[in-house]
Amino acid sequence: MTPTRKRRLIGILIIIIGVGISAVVAMQALNENMLFFVSPTDVEEQSLPVGKRFRLGGLVAVESVSRAEDSLAVAFVVTDGAHSVDVRFDGILPDLFREGQGIIALGELKPDGHFEADEVLAKHDENYMPPEVADALEKAGHVESEQ
Amino acid sequence: MNSRIFPLLGFALLVVLLVVGLKIADRKTNLPSPLIDKPVPVFDLPVLASPGQTMSTESLLGKFYLVNFWGSWCVTCRAEHPVVTQLAGLNAVYIVGMNFRDESEDAIAWLGRWGDPYDVSLIDYDGRVSIDFGVYAAPETFLVDPSGTIVFKHLGQLTWDIVETEILPRLANTELGS
Amino acid sequence: MTVELGQISLLAALLTALVLGLVPMIGTYTGNRRFIAVSTTAALIQCLLVMISFGILTSAFIVQDFSVEYVARNSNSLLPMHYRFSAVWSAHEGSLLLWELILAVWIAAVALFSKRLPEIFRARVLAVLGWVSVGFLLFIILTSNPFGRLIPSAVEGLDLNPLLQDFGLIIHPPLLYMGYVGFSVAFAFAVAALLGGEVSRDWVRWSRPWTLVAWAFLTIGIALGSWWAYYELGWGGYWFWDPVENASFMPWLVGTALIHSQAVTEKRGAFGNWTLLLALSAFSLSLLGTFLVRSGVLTSVHAFASDPTRGVFILAYLALVVGGSLTLYAIRAPKMIQGGGFAGMSRETFLLVNNLVFTVMAAMVLTGTLYPLLIDALGAGKISVGPPYFGLLFTWLLVPMVIALPIGINSRWQQDSGSRLFGMVRWPLLASLAIGTVVWIMQPSIGFVSAAGITGGAWVILGSLFYVGQFQLKKKSFRIPGSILAMTLAHVGLGVFLIGLSMVSTLSTEKHLRMEAGDKYQMAGYTFEFLGTKIVQGPNYTANEGEFVITKGDQEVTRLYPQKREYAQRGNIMTEAAIDPGLTRDLYVSLGEPLDQSGRAWAVRVYHKPFIRWIWLGSIFMLAGGMLAAANKRYRRKMPATEPVTTKAKEVAA
Repeated sequence: MTPTRKRRLIGILIIIIGVGISAVVAMQALNENMLFFVSPTDVEEQSLPVGKRFRLGGLVAVESVSRAEDSLAVAFVVTDGAHSVDVRFDGILPDLFREGQGIIALGELKPDGHFEADEVLAKHDENYMPPEVADALEKAGHVESEQ
Repeated sequence: MNSRIFPLLGFALLVVLLVVGLKIADRKTNLPSPLIDKPVPVFDLPVLASPGQTMSTESLLGKFYLVNFWGSWCVTCRAEHPVVTQLAGLNAVYIVGMNFRDESEDAIAWLGRWGDPYDVSLIDYDGRVSIDFGVYAAPETFLVDPSGTIVFKHLGQLTWDIVETEILPRLANTELGS
Repeated sequence: MTVELGQISLLAALLTALVLGLVPMIGTYTGNRRFIAVSTTAALIQCLLVMISFGILTSAFIVQDFSVEYVARNSNSLLPMHYRFSAVWSAHEGSLLLWELILAVWIAAVALFSKRLPEIFRARVLAVLGWVSVGFLLFIILTSNPFGRLIPSAVEGLDLNPLLQDFGLIIHPPLLYMGYVGFSVAFAFAVAALLGGEVSRDWVRWSRPWTLVAWAFLTIGIALGSWWAYYELGWGGYWFWDPVENASFMPWLVGTALIHSQAVTEKRGAFGNWTLLLALSAFSLSLLGTFLVRSGVLTSVHAFASDPTRGVFILAYLALVVGGSLTLYAIRAPKMIQGGGFAGMSRETFLLVNNLVFTVMAAMVLTGTLYPLLIDALGAGKISVGPPYFGLLFTWLLVPMVIALPIGINSRWQQDSGSRLFGMVRWPLLASLAIGTVVWIMQPSIGFVSAAGITGGAWVILGSLFYVGQFQLKKKSFRIPGSILAMTLAHVGLGVFLIGLSMVSTLSTEKHLRMEAGDKYQMAGYTFEFLGTKIVQGPNYTANEGEFVITKGDQEVTRLYPQKREYAQRGNIMTEAAIDPGLTRDLYVSLGEPLDQSGRAWAVRVYHKPFIRWIWLGSIFMLAGGMLAAANKRYRRKMPATEPVTTKAKEVAA
């Protein structure tokens, strides 16, 4: 094998290894950062990723929002029509947050069953609900109709 | 020649994925409602601009009626308004306007400005009834038959096409094995 | 004023675009010079017609013609005049018309400023651009007509979404589209080259200025979007790896690889296929981005209202344009790499690394953006990909690129030696390592990654400046050739960006607080004192305006007045943050919500963001570098008169 060919081969090998490593790291990072979307019904039925951060979506149940007196802590209930989950959040809620509104909360489920959110999102258009939330509501309705 | 075909092949795979994606997206807006063929959620709500008066699902038994969820804050409701008005003009079906998550003054003002096509307007102030109906976006329209069963639901802006192909034909089907 | 004229003008533009797409192309194969000459006229007429159409829509907004549905949906009688202009492109239909306008302008520019290109090649470039335009015009006319009437006419408009009533909306979309759409020119050049079976590499030289200008615009367009999100959304964030953002970032990544690859192909003849493929990909990604954002396929907090039927059209268009060009590539791309080979340690190698890094980055962003769709399509659940995925890979891929950059700048074509190169860069290397170490020692909280980032940024800046210094020493003059100045500017911009990014990633402080009038909070050496709120009236909104006094030690630094606005028409609530900008830090305050009935207590966000302006400052440098490079006189030299051998044109007496 000529020196040029050898050098070419090494070069190509390095490239393949580099791209390969990137791909592996990418898949790893993807898996770690996949945020599953979970509905209150899923939480009830226990089919959720354990100990990992996930997204909880649904409607903010009416008359369920309560704020602490002296801090930013707020508690509310998220429902999909069939089941509900208590959510606690310490921070500033988005402008479009209101009762009856569809929201997505990011956080973790705690051992005592409540959802500790570190982020709450609502879309910038009252007419729209993230499709995942819409989907969950549909599924919940399905559960209800089978009772 | 061989290696140069890879970009094209890769793109073809991408297109397949995107086509599937479109189908899914389409499905999201045309979701079959689990409420179809189920009894209409019971409600008993105050009538807009008529303090003291209420209307319930019971009093609506015996005829077809349309429940149209809307709000003065809802942009698309304004867009579908001409269609609702046109439908009302046909006098083919009793139309119940369900004003939800709204202030009465705003609702009255909205109807005053654009016109009131509803046979009756009800107030679902906190949106509980909308949640019972599984409403997750405004506007949404439900067709209920004389026995109190939901036979059709439309999510989003009502178009005359939908009225002609989905609503009017169903009105013709009376007493079909209910 | 009949807006229907706007519609008619669009139809006429469509016909012109069809002519532009067909006639010159046919002319290049039959040798009919009159057909070929049609290209210029058609391009200019099309531009005029689209301008008329756009002008009519704009005037409908200015006079507030609420009988036009699009105007009624996006404007309001209280809307200030300057926003009536930007409201034109605030929603789907109008923004598409802006796309088409910018495309028409680019096409006209190509028609006017490329007279020196060989006739046949030029005609094909314009014809390809004509076809691109046909697709967009069809799309607008068939599915997204902004001129529809509302009957009966609306008495009052629904108002522009308050989030969009802002300076950012006035400039961000037009500049962004200048970039997006501008890549269509590089695309057209590549397709024309493939059609003609160009073996010469002149086509690359001709396409460079166009590509550089488009790239520069895209850079500043993206930066503006980031800056806009920062001050408008009120959370202090500037980049979220949101699908809409990714849709603009992918073309930029590929575009960056492209401008570098073009340099290699022009100068050395290598990377011919890379350059072709990158040119095709950049615009393809622009189109893909348009599809993703407007079809409802992806969820995003700021996607346009989704419409799957429109999605079908765009996808079909995408499949045709991209599929067609890639097929052409598969069939026609030259089998041999022209030009010389190169050694392991050479300028070509470093630029190859560059190509690879940016391409892999784009692929990685694409994967992350489409992954939720893939999982959903497989029925495996609904997921979203968290930002850390993108952040991690972006950071790691930056490493080889940043390391290679200053070395690559100093390297020679074809063959160079490691020891010589090391000798050239050892001072910048030592200096940047020293800087990084000093920063790390003085501020350990910065963490290793950010310290490395600052080292990298300094390395890039110093390495670039050293090169210029060495160059001047050698040539013994103070005059820096335009191309080298341009390159240096852009690379320095990258370094500035890296430093800003590193600093703000780990050193920014943020606090959400409950504050009552009289409360104080200390952060990063500053004291924030809340003085309470009062009601203020705007042209189309009412606001609660808070007053904050910020002091450092005894000195008052600034007073900030964040607002919580309620817009009259739609009742939207909006946060208007208050920022004290600075070269070395931003102080940022925004109101959350009132925490009690009296409105005395408020939820408040307070931020200290060091060096955040460097992120956008870096992109301004890149913009300058790109524009300067495009202005290089070399591109305006007379083109060779001889046609490449492989074209089949016959000379026909006119």
